[in-house]
Amino acid sequence: MVTKIHPNLEATNAKMNAQGVSVYYGDKKAIDDVSIEVPSKYVTSFIGPSGCGKSTFLRVLNRMNDTIPTARVEGDITLDGEDIYGSNMDVVQLRARVGMVFQKPNPFPKSIYDNIAYGPKIHGFAEGKEELDEVVERSLVRAGLWNEVKDRLTDSGTALSGGQQQRLCIARAIAVDPEVILMDEPCSALDPIATAKIEELIADLNDNYAIVIVTHSMQQAARVSQRTAFFHLGHIVEYGRTSDIFTNPLEQQTQDYITGRYG
Amino acid sequence: MSPAILLLLAVGLGLAGWIAARSRAWAFRRDKDVGRLAALPVYHGWYVALWVIVPLAAFISLWLVASPYLVEQSVLMSPAASDLPAAGFQRDTLLREALAVASGTSPGVFNEAAKPLIEPFREALSRYNLIGILSTLIIGFLCGTWAFLRLKPDFTARTRVEKTVMAALLLASLVAILTTLGIVASLVFETFRFFGMVSPIDFLFGTQWGPDPMGNPQNPDPTRFGAVPLFWGTIFIGAIIAMIVAIPLGLMSAIYLTQYAAPRVRSWLKPALEILAGVPTVVYGYFAALTVAPFIRDLAAMIGISGASSESALAAGLVMGVMIIPFVSSMADDSIAAVPQAMRDGSLAMGATESETIKRVLIPAALPGIVAGIMLAISRAIGETMIVVMAASTAANLSANPLDRMTTVTVQIVKMLTGEGSFDHPATLSAFALGFVLFLVTLGLNFIALRVVKRFREAYD
Ligand SMILES: Nc1ncnc2c1ncn2[C@@H]1O[C@H](COP(=O)(O)OP(=O)(O)O)[C@@H](O)[C@H]1O
Ligand SMILES: [Mg+2]
Repeated sequence: MVTKIHPNLEATNAKMNAQGVSVYYGDKKAIDDVSIEVPSKYVTSFIGPSGCGKSTFLRVLNRMNDTIPTARVEGDITLDGEDIYGSNMDVVQLRARVGMVFQKPNPFPKSIYDNIAYGPKIHGFAEGKEELDEVVERSLVRAGLWNEVKDRLTDSGTALSGGQQQRLCIARAIAVDPEVILMDEPCSALDPIATAKIEELIADLNDNYAIVIVTHSMQQAARVSQRTAFFHLGHIVEYGRTSDIFTNPLEQQTQDYITGRYG
Repeated sequence: MSPAILLLLAVGLGLAGWIAARSRAWAFRRDKDVGRLAALPVYHGWYVALWVIVPLAAFISLWLVASPYLVEQSVLMSPAASDLPAAGFQRDTLLREALAVASGTSPGVFNEAAKPLIEPFREALSRYNLIGILSTLIIGFLCGTWAFLRLKPDFTARTRVEKTVMAALLLASLVAILTTLGIVASLVFETFRFFGMVSPIDFLFGTQWGPDPMGNPQNPDPTRFGAVPLFWGTIFIGAIIAMIVAIPLGLMSAIYLTQYAAPRVRSWLKPALEILAGVPTVVYGYFAALTVAPFIRDLAAMIGISGASSESALAAGLVMGVMIIPFVSSMADDSIAAVPQAMRDGSLAMGATESETIKRVLIPAALPGIVAGIMLAISRAIGETMIVVMAASTAANLSANPLDRMTTVTVQIVKMLTGEGSFDHPATLSAFALGFVLFLVTLGLNFIALRVVKRFREAYD
């Protein structure tokens, strides 16, 4: 099956490019021949029914699938033209450049400060206490969390509310200065107010990063993203500007899904 | 008097009650008018059976205590007892001999004066036997009938049986707790007796250990009851040398098993490691005494350390360390495995390597569980006796040289209790004081470990 690409889609500066990607778990094919670009300074949303492979495809983009022994990837994926599955690619460096935020907030059971300082420390991005302090503050400010936590940086990250934890995880991801941020349903465990905060944050971050967000909420996709890909059964059925996908879908399947007539 | 007969009777009556009640409940059920029963027939059966067996069990235990006394009283009332000596040791001996012959456990009497008592004993025994059996039957029948008469179609037999089951379970758990309390009480009692003879200050802070079990019990030499060398030996062998072996090896195997081992490797390596915990400690003792200790001695001699003995703290500690590896590793394994996968993913997604993730995220997150495991392992190690007896000698020695002979608290407890001193000699009683100290320390360690584990559990719920 071929992905329908909306005709009036303007050319963008591709940060990542996937060509003919298939992913297997053992013998089971979870992603079948998917091709898509992840443009710089855009938010791309992946929508589609559960189990259609959105998370799988997202995890392929920073090789988190390497941690699953049965997973196997075919096809080409590049970051700035470099093959991320190539032998020259250091997976540790790749993940520093392509950060990830998970569905359930997963701060480390460490202080707020140490949660943020973790990445810069292991990658040697910050030398000495002062520089580290600066990185921590900058990241928390960017994540819109600084004012809420600046007086209690030594408290445990797990003591924050769910929404704050998720912003802490975003701050943690941007502390290592990534180029791409992958978010897998980052708001599905949050209440509407916390969700609104995260959406605002995504809009702010949009200027500097290529962002990919998996979401189950059509409204969210419409609000935060400029590009949308509709996944179904391991394929991308349709890809285009978010506004086009939602107002003028090319495929009946897409139409059914976004109007809620489907899974 | 045979308690087995009474017990059999009780069980038989209970069974009869069970069958009768169940068939009565079935009869209710066949009766169309009554509708549904409040409980299955089998619960009616159990209700009656319990009402027969529980009172009978109480009666039988009472009877077993009371009937020998009743028998003896009735023999003493008999004319044959008139020329017995007054109450005292002699009379008791005669009575016991006569009873033994009368109940058939002894072929004949040694003391002529006991002979006339045999016949009264026989009579009394058979009379009270009969009384016991009759009482059992009557009590069982009355209780059973009472319970049976309460059965009705809407009788809530099920909840009542449930309550009895709960009471039985409670009783069972109380047995363990009460036993522990009893042990502690007796330990405390004997410890106080000991401290009446030797002051706690001399005991806890003295540095010479060598109680003389043959010395004058009225006037013990307090300078020979200094337990510091034992405490030191225990800590040095169990908490220092053994832990230097067990902590790194246990932790590393836990990390390997949880993070690196393929499922197939893990599936046989983990049980294999746990088998270590099931090897009897005396076997470790052999190994320590026959293989490790001589090896250490030869090694020490080879590198020019003179005077190394064939029994050393090092040998005992090393082997003990190996013995407790499974304690450390299985607790560490559990707590590392309990750290949510999301933590690991979060760290890897930041670009951390596997070993950075282990060192900076998994171990800190699992630390409370690991620490708790280590504390349990220490309390296990300081309670260990066999390996030390076999490999580190019984000579108390306050020394920091691991090649010296040393001894531990548990070893001295065994030595003092099995020594030739009489039971109320201070040397023997010192074993209780040692045991009490050991008990307090182990209790403290376990208590802290449990608290730590509990906190850890809460962190992820
Ligand atoms: N670790 C795994 N092992 C085997 N199969 C998996 C694994 N993860 C996901 N899958 C399968 O891959 C398919 C896609 O899953 P996923 O990417 O999680 O879908 P989505 O995120 O769109 O709900 C599903 O059929 C799922 O069962
Ligand atoms: Mg998913």
